[in-house]
Amino acid sequence: MADTQRPLSPHLQIYKWQVQMVTSILHRATGIALAAGLFLVVWGLLALAAGPAAFAYFKNFVGSAPGIILLLGWSWSLFYHLCQGIRHLVQDAGVGYEIPQFVCSSWLAVLTSLVLVALVWAYALFVGGVA
Amino acid sequence: MSAQDFRHPLKRARGLGSAQSGLGYWWSQRVTAAVLVVLGLWFVAMVLSLLHIDFATARAMVAKPWNALFLILFVVTAFWHVTLGLHVVIEDYVHTRWREVVLRMVVTFLAVLGALAGVLAVLRIVLRA
Repeated sequence: MADTQRPLSPHLQIYKWQVQMVTSILHRATGIALAAGLFLVVWGLLALAAGPAAFAYFKNFVGSAPGIILLLGWSWSLFYHLCQGIRHLVQDAGVGYEIPQFVCSSWLAVLTSLVLVALVWAYALFVGGVA
Repeated sequence: MSAQDFRHPLKRARGLGSAQSGLGYWWSQRVTAAVLVVLGLWFVAMVLSLLHIDFATARAMVAKPWNALFLILFVVTAFWHVTLGLHVVIEDYVHTRWREVVLRMVVTFLAVLGALAGVLAVLRIVLRA
């Protein structure tokens, strides 16, 4: 695969699984998922600009089973990437590098993202579903 | 002894080390991230407020000056952040140079396309409202 002579760092199979490693991997995975999800946002805006028929088609997709599954995944990805992103911004400031803090903030980001996504979907269900 | 051995070590190091654009890149990613914390939460609230309202009302909501402004900001900043992030992923995992360069260009192209389409859509909604 590699055509350069530069050294490669050891990869996943070398390390023992731990929470701060999983959160790091998930940050990347959710980032990639959100990149795809952004095109759904653009589709929604284009549909709203195009007219009632196009918007109805968009809402129909969003309200369908595959649409709901994608929305569930993307909404959690958004909150997870957001919480984890804040954690990384704090770490960029040089704070929270002690191992117990590192593990604790990992769990905190995961749990906060789950609480936020649960709140959003509870609200959506409370007002009568997504579409 | 080959001619290469007489070269200064700096000559061999060039092109393998820092490309000198790392700091600017790092800052762009962090600043867009910080902005997206605010805009992301605003966007979720915006979407929730659009649930179960009819087409005309949804359009009127999006066409409000502040909403339109923040939507355009959100779409542009998000696609910018996506481009920066996906470029790092590609650089980390694609080790064949031509594939890396092509993939990076594809990501940039799609992000510009998406951002322009989003901005154009918001402008159309504003102008028709």
